Amino acid sequence: MEARRTSRIPIDPKVRQVGFFAPGALRDRSQSGPLGLSSSPPVSNISPAGNSLSPVMIPPPRHASDNFVLSRPLAVPVSASTLRPPAVEDRMAVGSYDASELLLGTSASSRIGDGEFSEDYSVFFRRSSSGKFASSLPSGGFDSTAMKINPPAVVRAAKKPAAVIEKSGGAVAEMQNELPTSSKPLKEKTTKAERRALQESQRAAKAAAKGPNSGGNKPATASGAATPMKEKASKAVKQVPSSVAASDKKGGERIPEKDKKKDVPPPRMQFDDKNRVEKAKRRAVVKPTEARNRVELFRHLPQYEHGTQLPKLESKFFQLDPVHPAVQKVGFQYLEGDIVGGNARCIAMLRAFQEAIKDYSMPPEKTLARDLTAKISSYVSFLIECRPLSISMGNSIRFLKNRIAKLPLTVSESEAKDALYSDIDRFINEKIVLADKVIVRHAATKIRDGDVLLTYGFSCVVEMTMLYAHELGRQFRVVVVDSRPKFEGQALLRRLVAKGLSCSYTHINAVSYIMHEVTRVFLGAASIFSNGTVYSRVGTACVAMVAHAYRVPVLICCEAYKFHERVQLDSICSNELGDPDVISKVAGRADVNYLDNWRDKENLQLLNLIYDATPSDYVSMIITDYGMVPPTSVPVIVREYREHLWI
Amino acid sequence: MTAELLRSVISQQRVPYNNQAGALIDAIKAVGEQLIAANPVELAVGNIVRRVLHIIREEDLSLATAAVAGLNLSAVSDDEDDGEREDHPVLSAAAVAAAARSTLRPPSLQTLLEDMPDSAAVPQSSSSGGDSEGKSKSADKSSRSRKLKHDIIEAVNELIQDIATCHEQISEQAVEHIHQNEVILTLGRSRTVMEFLCAAKEKKRSFRVFVAEGAPRYQGHVLAKELVARGLQTTLITDSAVFAMISRVNMVIVGAHAVMANGGVIAPVGLNMVALAAQRHAVPFVVLAGTHKLCPLYPHNPEVLLNELKSPSELLDFGEFSDCMDFGSGNGSPLLHVVNPAFDYVPPKLVSLFITDTGGHNPSYMYRLIADYYSADDLVVQRRPASGN
Repeated sequence: MEARRTSRIPIDPKVRQVGFFAPGALRDRSQSGPLGLSSSPPVSNISPAGNSLSPVMIPPPRHASDNFVLSRPLAVPVSASTLRPPAVEDRMAVGSYDASELLLGTSASSRIGDGEFSEDYSVFFRRSSSGKFASSLPSGGFDSTAMKINPPAVVRAAKKPAAVIEKSGGAVAEMQNELPTSSKPLKEKTTKAERRALQESQRAAKAAAKGPNSGGNKPATASGAATPMKEKASKAVKQVPSSVAASDKKGGERIPEKDKKKDVPPPRMQFDDKNRVEKAKRRAVVKPTEARNRVELFRHLPQYEHGTQLPKLESKFFQLDPVHPAVQKVGFQYLEGDIVGGNARCIAMLRAFQEAIKDYSMPPEKTLARDLTAKISSYVSFLIECRPLSISMGNSIRFLKNRIAKLPLTVSESEAKDALYSDIDRFINEKIVLADKVIVRHAATKIRDGDVLLTYGFSCVVEMTMLYAHELGRQFRVVVVDSRPKFEGQALLRRLVAKGLSCSYTHINAVSYIMHEVTRVFLGAASIFSNGTVYSRVGTACVAMVAHAYRVPVLICCEAYKFHERVQLDSICSNELGDPDVISKVAGRADVNYLDNWRDKENLQLLNLIYDATPSDYVSMIITDYGMVPPTSVPVIVREYREHLWI
Repeated sequence: MTAELLRSVISQQRVPYNNQAGALIDAIKAVGEQLIAANPVELAVGNIVRRVLHIIREEDLSLATAAVAGLNLSAVSDDEDDGEREDHPVLSAAAVAAAARSTLRPPSLQTLLEDMPDSAAVPQSSSSGGDSEGKSKSADKSSRSRKLKHDIIEAVNELIQDIATCHEQISEQAVEHIHQNEVILTLGRSRTVMEFLCAAKEKKRSFRVFVAEGAPRYQGHVLAKELVARGLQTTLITDSAVFAMISRVNMVIVGAHAVMANGGVIAPVGLNMVALAAQRHAVPFVVLAGTHKLCPLYPHNPEVLLNELKSPSELLDFGEFSDCMDFGSGNGSPLLHVVNPAFDYVPPKLVSLFITDTGGHNPSYMYRLIADYYSADDLVVQRRPASGN
């Protein structure tokens, strides 16, 4: 108990820091989420309530308090055991952030007993994170240990009534998703019918998806009938694992004893499994030729010859009718490398989906939610074939599917389409455009006169930050570090110089030479994992490491929608391999031609990694749209805000 | 590296001209200064000059000790001898042994003496002053100086040979350090590393090599090609992927530009990053270096003082960026700087092991090795040109 209590104390400031740092943020998390700027929490809170039919769910908070007697005890242990792989006991013992959050959850149930549970869950969070929690902690804490001992019993007991209640409402399935704050736990409950359907489809999916999903290549086609399965299969395939979404579902339908087993996030496809690869290949639209000189260490990742698909694809252009032209276009752009960068790719994809949704017409005798989800899934798998998804794309797909799933059944098709259309708009605006603006504001406060800033590659947010600080009249110098083979930094350099910033340019090998004069390192990121690992363009880790060695603070600018609850320790297990050919040639250096016919040499492999993972201890600060947080606070943001804002 | 060798050879070949030890030393110093000033970053040149000076002193000393009767000890050499004797009694013994060895092979003397003038005609004029001086002095003490000259030539010859064969001697140790299925990472290209790896391969070890390409010179491409030609499993990676890959690497083996007295390494650019990554993952960082790369200087701010900035054109295409380059013309100072250093300094704490032609050594042992190869007097002299930078 003591350990846990002490563990809470350091958390609070971090959580609060989020709000505290945000300029103009009123710390009104209890009403609208953490930031004044991100207005999605109220919207997402309200819209489900507004759309919903079931009287049970009209005021979500109300519902929460009503059902909490039932749902809470059910939800807490389940969520704890299903959603986060580490066992509950471990976390209790360790007293990490998770433990404390779990504690929050469990103590909620104890509070309910006292009848003092607040209506708004977020209020509860807030209150508990300020002093009040401490007073209720003893009882809550003990409850939680008791809970831990017999979760199955509690769950079972609670489940029955919950199921009964849910049967009554037709839209109950949606309802669970819509509970704004505690949605994750609540989602676990589904109607029995739904559960059974899902279970069956999952079984089918497992049989089939274990095979086909290995490719990132058209798993969706495997599933003709059951849409949830499709969704799941494709999710499993996504590099960007929607492990929460998937495990949510999984966890929901299974009885808790099985949960632990099911906990394991959906396996990413491993390309060294021949069976699966074969199956996946048969389904693929894009049929890439396999690279001949594959790197042994990366057999688990797709290694294809690049530049060969496009002609083939174009020849198939008209056979691709299931794929919407807008999506197709984006896919080809990915393939060609015309759209790069996490944000750009994500926005392009969402815009394409918007188009697709606009043109979508629901076939008769099908429900919109399922059919559209299936459609989207097939688009997504097409995009995966073109290029593996980035984390940000995975997250936004998750968002979209969530929105679709939550569409009330009664809404007419056009209304639903409009709603989705505006949802996507809102997502792009809030999560990407506005978030960037907030980040830029925050980051600019860290730039002082006389600073020498170092950046690596080309991150849009970092560029915007520097330009903004320049506009503010700060006097600073920029060091642009670049690396092969993309030389993204040259584009950044050009843009900064054009704006009149004083720049130095160098390559990554010289980073330790230049680091002496640098006072701040600003880096972008493709994703941040919940163990604080920063997943970004390859070389970021090197730069951060050298900066760390020279005691230069490293600031990572990353929008919160790119955060992911996955954990990763190295850059090998999951990564993306680029075209090896670009390594053998050096642009503008015709004299470097030693490896012109490298493919003929059996012993030679060329490895073009796209990403690497920066350990969290190299990172001094992460600047997100929720403020500036240390890397240890990433799981907090992933858990709390994600759930608040999206679902 | 071959350039260094060539230059060092030239500097050595001039030696036989000078007969009298003191004059010889002066002459070599003069030449050495010039050579060093010509390119202060090429530390190996200075090292070789010092080595030669040291050899002269040693030989002179050994002669003097041999002729204990002390018939004709010149004042100059006498003083030096005293200093030397106090400093390195052990060394002088070794030098005597070396001299004894060299006398076992008399035939080479004649050919060397005849060869030298031709090849030495090329280098700088500064040696000529020393020559005449030395020759005039040598007239009166012909018997002794002839012996001295002979010994010195022998010893320098040996030095040349040592340097020429240091690759082989280093690569002989390869099997002791590389085990089956090892994964080795290297950056850029170094002949020593190449031969080291190939030697292990010839001994039927099978292992894999990751080669970081070493931008902007991309020597890694050459190395990869050479290794593949020898049948080694080679994977070429970008420099930026070093951190990602190092966790799967068992050993980092790199060449060096120079090894400093404190055990630090001046190495091709990018190696500091590699060394840091290796330290992070507890991967041994092994530096291969011939003893001629051992430099008796203690580095001060070596990243700046002992570095060389190369042309920006290696990084940026001038044509492409000419518009950016112009931006600065308005307000005097250019907005765009391009930094392209040639070398990195790897501090001794990041180096796990040095493998030299005399065996493996810790970074902390380097200062002692230096005492073996150089005489303390020369360090001071050489610092003059070095401080000029």
